[in-house]
Amino acid sequence: MNETTGGVDEGDPGLVKKFMFVNRKAPYGTIYALEGLEVVLISAAFDQDVSMVFMDDGVYQLVKGQHTKAIGMKNFSPTYRALEGYDIEKLYVEQKSMEARGLTEADLLVPVETLSSADMAGLMRSQDVVIDF
Amino acid sequence: MLHIVNKSPFESTTLESCLRIATNGQGDVLLLIEDGVYAVTKNSVAGNMLHEAMKDVKVCVLWPDAEARGIQDRVLEGVKMVDYAGFVDLVAESDNVQSWL
Amino acid sequence: MALEVNGKTYETDEEGYLINLGDWDEDIAKVLAVEEKIDMTENHWEVINFLREYYNDFQIAPAVRVLTKAIGKKLGPEKGSSKYLYELFPYGPAKQACKIAGLPKPTGCI
Repeated sequence: MNETTGGVDEGDPGLVKKFMFVNRKAPYGTIYALEGLEVVLISAAFDQDVSMVFMDDGVYQLVKGQHTKAIGMKNFSPTYRALEGYDIEKLYVEQKSMEARGLTEADLLVPVETLSSADMAGLMRSQDVVIDF
Repeated sequence: MLHIVNKSPFESTTLESCLRIATNGQGDVLLLIEDGVYAVTKNSVAGNMLHEAMKDVKVCVLWPDAEARGIQDRVLEGVKMVDYAGFVDLVAESDNVQSWL
Repeated sequence: MALEVNGKTYETDEEGYLINLGDWDEDIAKVLAVEEKIDMTENHWEVINFLREYYNDFQIAPAVRVLTKAIGKKLGPEKGSSKYLYELFPYGPAKQACKIAGLPKPTGCI
């Protein structure tokens, strides 16, 4: 990680870092998924290079057809479709996690890029900051 | 890249997922802390999985956590013990860190 | 806190945002607008209705930047500017328009 030192140039667009948010929990059993989504939306205000990864049970956050009325919780799945408007367009799912759960990209609410575990590893290594939810 | 796992491998699949990623790395390091330290137990299912992963990944265990749980005499060969200062060194030496939840 | 409209009482939070989104109707919006000292015009209603629709689609109130961009796309570039939105809602489109629209405070709004 490189930090700029010394005075800040007026015309400096600011230091852009690569932030990756890794979502690994199902949506309603714990608060992680919702909190993670809110952090991502807030991070959009800082004009950083943000990407989101969904692996393990995290892929369940993106499945179509969530109806939460009967459990008395807010259905926040439509909010993933708002990410594009926040300029967060890099969404990745891990192939193994999808396969293990019998899911394909057609089952998901938003367009994603499916990555092998090896490609996911490469992507993670290229980040400045990796935060799990 | 440094990966930190704090969940018991017998309760959660976090270690398995982490290894799926870390073993593809080039010289990734895994640090086991808190209940994650149970994974280093010799002759256990998790220990065998870890042994396999050690071809690709350097495995460290936070000694105070291992000792607290009484597994210090059953640690898999090749696992590096680190104390709190060693933990700090690992973080400082790494380009980036992922704390697997 | 509470809001009284047409003899009925509606719950609001400590900043005056409506607690139950389902309570909202145009009469409530008018009362909320009076409290915000906003004289509602057609242009105001356009933004309010846009926000209601956005919330219905995405289940969040948009950040100002996102709102501006989305309005520009839907209603034309001359309306998709923060200047235009701040002229309609001088104390901030997020703070005032969301409140009048009966939405929670936008995510990412401090």
